[in-house]
Amino acid sequence: MSTVLIAEKHETEKMAMRDAYCATLLKLASEDDKVVVLDSDLMSSMGMVPFLNKYPEKTFNVGVQEANMIGVAAGLSATGLIPFAHTFGPFASRRCYDQIFLSVGYSKLNVRIVGSDPGITAAFNGGTHMPFEDLGILRNIPDITILEPADTVMLQDLLIQTAGMYGLFYIRLLRKNAVKIYEEGSAFEIGKGVTLREGKDVTVISTGIMVKEALDAAEKLAEEGISARVINMFTLKPIDKELIIKSAEETGAIVTAENHNIINALGSAVAEVLGENLPVPLERVGVKDLFGEVGPVSYLRERFELTAEEIVIKAKKAIERKNKR
Amino acid sequence: MLSQEKIKALKIFAINIRMETVRAMGTLGFGHLGGALSIADTIAVLYGGAMKIDPKNPKWEDRDWLVSSKGHAGPAIYAALALKGYFPVEELLTLNKPGTHFPSHCDRNLTTGIDMTTGSLGQGASTSVGVALGHKYQKKNNYTYLILGDGETQEGQVWEAVSFAGARKLDNLIAFVDNNKQQLDGFTRNIHDTLDFKAKFESFGWHAIDVDGSDVVQIYEAIEAAKLEKGKPTVIVLDTVKGKGVSFVEGKEKNHHVEISKEQMAQGLAELQLELDKEVEA
Repeated sequence: MSTVLIAEKHETEKMAMRDAYCATLLKLASEDDKVVVLDSDLMSSMGMVPFLNKYPEKTFNVGVQEANMIGVAAGLSATGLIPFAHTFGPFASRRCYDQIFLSVGYSKLNVRIVGSDPGITAAFNGGTHMPFEDLGILRNIPDITILEPADTVMLQDLLIQTAGMYGLFYIRLLRKNAVKIYEEGSAFEIGKGVTLREGKDVTVISTGIMVKEALDAAEKLAEEGISARVINMFTLKPIDKELIIKSAEETGAIVTAENHNIINALGSAVAEVLGENLPVPLERVGVKDLFGEVGPVSYLRERFELTAEEIVIKAKKAIERKNKR
Repeated sequence: MLSQEKIKALKIFAINIRMETVRAMGTLGFGHLGGALSIADTIAVLYGGAMKIDPKNPKWEDRDWLVSSKGHAGPAIYAALALKGYFPVEELLTLNKPGTHFPSHCDRNLTTGIDMTTGSLGQGASTSVGVALGHKYQKKNNYTYLILGDGETQEGQVWEAVSFAGARKLDNLIAFVDNNKQQLDGFTRNIHDTLDFKAKFESFGWHAIDVDGSDVVQIYEAIEAAKLEKGKPTVIVLDTVKGKGVSFVEGKEKNHHVEISKEQMAQGLAELQLELDKEVEA
């Protein structure tokens, strides 16, 4: 069961997400010899050198070969091991989709794939490295669990949970410092969204770096007398249908906010649930079917309209559509 | 060294594998016959003596593993598993029927005794490397055997896995290349020549052995030699004939996936029965 403690102030965390990742894997590896780590030549970028130094025998850095890494992880898991395999998001999804689909998913093996630098956070690596499509590609693999932790507290809890579970997992991971959303001691239930703020006029369903934008948007809307509910839908699959339907019933208008193409990920998943259950006005904030480009995150946020301001505009539009019905 | 009695048993096992493969595919009316027949002798050697297995305990922790990355060789492996007692031989006739446990391509979740799911070429190379690495990490003595098709080695992923296995010095991994010189569209040399397998694998740090892939003694001895090779994975390059043992497919062009009439099935089984009688009497 989840026990969620929401932070009073949402400020940039002191600890980078990658450092929390490394610390958690060090802890898991110290407790269970079956936990092993794979990477394709990005251990330094991922802050995993302390893990390599402590557990060289539990570290399988395959070099620059993502497809082989996924197959090797699948094989390791067939012998009973618990692999965590990391590379950048585009290479952890589109580059090895067939291997993820067949060697892990269809084969019913037990692998956690970690794709880092989601969406615009790929920043200076530019369009070639900027995954606006990773979740969309992976979401149609049957039985996959897709998670996007919002901060270090959630990341640590989810990593520990998945280590004890069996199956195919994709963890979409910011490498740098996230904004603090949760307090230490929070425990999350995979497949259940978290309601961060109650509201009655509109619901903003958000994930990843867009959670903070959604909370800021709710503040701005409140100043104008609009009451916005904010949800952190950190599990993209299985999606929390119950919470989406309940929010549609109670607020009558929905906005999704994601650092991804609006096609095939959160916006689409929510649209599917609404369309089949309770069609209410839906507006999607996210990347409008565009390729990424190079630049600082601050520029890319504006360029791809991933801002609180955009959420405010879309929330008002959704409410206006609701009121016209 | 193999005794004469053991050699005879392996030859008979290989013929029986071919017969059950022809019967299963012939009953269905079609199948990947060429590549199943070319690898039958190696499968006979593996399940007939080289591999540590227990048909009563298919998931035995100390068993050796087989990953047939050319997943379409599944029916030949199912025949061997049935003849070894993993499941009744009659079940082989459900090949590809609705709800069957015997699909065209190997599936670890459907067939008792199948260690890895394959079918998208190249992927078994990586998963077999993962299995071998997992056993080494856990200080276990299991061997992992990998079967690659010659055409399959055109897949880049094969060489990612071969390169990594060489670098990791996985001497508990023994691979075979079923060099039957043909792929789906015709002769490999005319489509994408795969060149010298021995030289290619050696350049990736492997120990490589060329053998006649229809000679059970050579195959067996190569496996024994591979086990003695420390600090390197071994590849056994099998010089084989696609469709071996059945005249209407043996060496014929485009015999990768064929239609099989009832007459052809009967003819093939009769040819193999003659071989079997000859071997039993020898």
